[in-house]
Amino acid sequence: MVSFVNSAPEKIAISADEISASIGKSSILHGITLHLAAGRWTSIVGPNGAGKSTLLRALVGLMPCSGSVQLLGRPLAQWPRGDRARALSWLGQNEGAADDLTVYDVAMLGRLPHQPWLSPPSGADHAAVEQALRATQAWDWRHRPLGQLSGGERQRVLLARLLAVQAQVLLMDEPLANLDPPHQADWLLLVRALVAQGKTVVSVLHEVSLALQADDMVVLADGRLLHHGACHAQGTHAALEQVFDHRIHVRQLEGMWMALPRLQAP
Amino acid sequence: MSMSVAQRGRWLGLALVCASLLLVPLGTAVGSVGLENLWPALFSEHTEPASRAMAWQIVWDIRLPRTLGAWCAGALLGLAGAVAQGLFRNPLADPYLLGSASGASLGVALALALMGGGAGMVAGSKGVIASLIFSGHWLVRLGLTGAAFAGAVLAVLLTLALARGVQHTLRLLLAGVIVGVVLGAFTSLILLLSPDSLQAMQAFLLGSTGFVGWTSCLLMAGVWLLCLLAAWALSRVLDGLALGESTAHSLGLPLAPLRAALVAVLALATGTAVAQTGLIAFVGLAAPHLVRAVVKVPHGRLMGLASLMGAVLLAAADLLARGLIAPQELPVGVLTAVLGGGYLLWLMRRRTGAGGLL
Repeated sequence: MVSFVNSAPEKIAISADEISASIGKSSILHGITLHLAAGRWTSIVGPNGAGKSTLLRALVGLMPCSGSVQLLGRPLAQWPRGDRARALSWLGQNEGAADDLTVYDVAMLGRLPHQPWLSPPSGADHAAVEQALRATQAWDWRHRPLGQLSGGERQRVLLARLLAVQAQVLLMDEPLANLDPPHQADWLLLVRALVAQGKTVVSVLHEVSLALQADDMVVLADGRLLHHGACHAQGTHAALEQVFDHRIHVRQLEGMWMALPRLQAP
Repeated sequence: MSMSVAQRGRWLGLALVCASLLLVPLGTAVGSVGLENLWPALFSEHTEPASRAMAWQIVWDIRLPRTLGAWCAGALLGLAGAVAQGLFRNPLADPYLLGSASGASLGVALALALMGGGAGMVAGSKGVIASLIFSGHWLVRLGLTGAAFAGAVLAVLLTLALARGVQHTLRLLLAGVIVGVVLGAFTSLILLLSPDSLQAMQAFLLGSTGFVGWTSCLLMAGVWLLCLLAAWALSRVLDGLALGESTAHSLGLPLAPLRAALVAVLALATGTAVAQTGLIAFVGLAAPHLVRAVVKVPHGRLMGLASLMGAVLLAAADLLARGLIAPQELPVGVLTAVLGGGYLLWLMRRRTGAGGLL
């Protein structure tokens, strides 16, 4: 099944052409070619060790790789540092501590790409930080040091940091880590709102049911692209079931696609 | 919490400035000749010009530069500690990590051996008289200071070469440890071959503020201001790095040149302090910790506060070193090691009691 049938000339936010990457001597990605549509939410899924995070890191330029990556139609390497940082924001996994910084300071770091060196934050910076912290319901603890927060609260602050960049393209590696169900639902709404504003969101999610709420899905297996298609497409569901050894089945519940565990191997 | 972070930071800064203003005049009063003898000699109508000149010399030529020198060296070490802990993203990092301490030791050991030992710093045990005599040997002092500084800088360069640049923090740390061990072995070998320099070397290893004159004082103050300005300008990089390497990269920070600049600040501040006062332990490690125990601030403000904290710590330790068993004198490095180590032990016990490590 071909995706994007209805919207013929799709604008592409990120495209990868034959990218391969290795860590040490073991190769992680094998010649992946991908075109991620602008203004949509794409989730990347696959079993442990399939290369999801590595792919995401390669797309941001954090991971040296062969092949080429283009951001908004321009090779990533040709972007000036500051322009790239304003266009593309990134949320990593298990990142540094920053325990001494207050919530507000952490979110303000998202404004670094917008600030000239040594100049204090502008009114626009403060407004963006407030908006981002309110969006993740972290505004009330803006004066608290990050070190005093729980894992989930921290994650919401880091999300706010990502939002404060106000980039066109947002890449997130396991953004739902440590979040409880209400805040997972909030995150889904937030991403939908971002996409409605025309932004592009790409996320790695290990929770397949949440990943199925995206517009499109990229399924990876052993560092190779197994499938790329719309989340509601049957082909995508078949690829998902295949990549997880048919230990899940994808079903619709109350209008939402869900991956349910299959307790006995077929 | 009734006070905001910014307010607490300001209060701490104010308290440290007040402590400094108190410590500097106190520093001129403590030593083998007490204030009760100095004061009349300086200001009484009936004093002979000769003893007035002598008293004036003690205050102006020895104690004031020494106290201010201790303050400046402490400020340099506190600043270097804050930079090192931010750069390595490790609260246990100290300014000597990149091999500067062992490099400076090797430089001094070499210089002492070449000069035939004994010529340089004889431990503060002989007090004011010794420093009066030996501070006169400016050529010797310059030789030792220069050797220490050159050793520190060369050792840092060696560490950087071994780590193949500043890109990998862990590799940098490991290279620093290796350089420290190897240069330390060479220092031991030199000392073994020229036992005459052992006593003077001891003074350097323990750290001493006894020989700081006006020139070194001004030098340290200048370098401190320069390093503080540079560290402050680079502080947002450290804040960004605290969020992790990949986030810092995604924020568009040019990490390699900025790291190199931070290492340069670290090496310059540490090398200058070590060259003037020897290896003073724990000030660089403890000062940023003490600040963080009171208030959590971004790196921009941490630089200033850790500097002030280090300055007050070393000025106070210097005062104690002179006062505790006056007219004898303790090496100030011994005091900072005992006090700093004790503080860290207490901190560790408190934190482990609260369920965490440092």
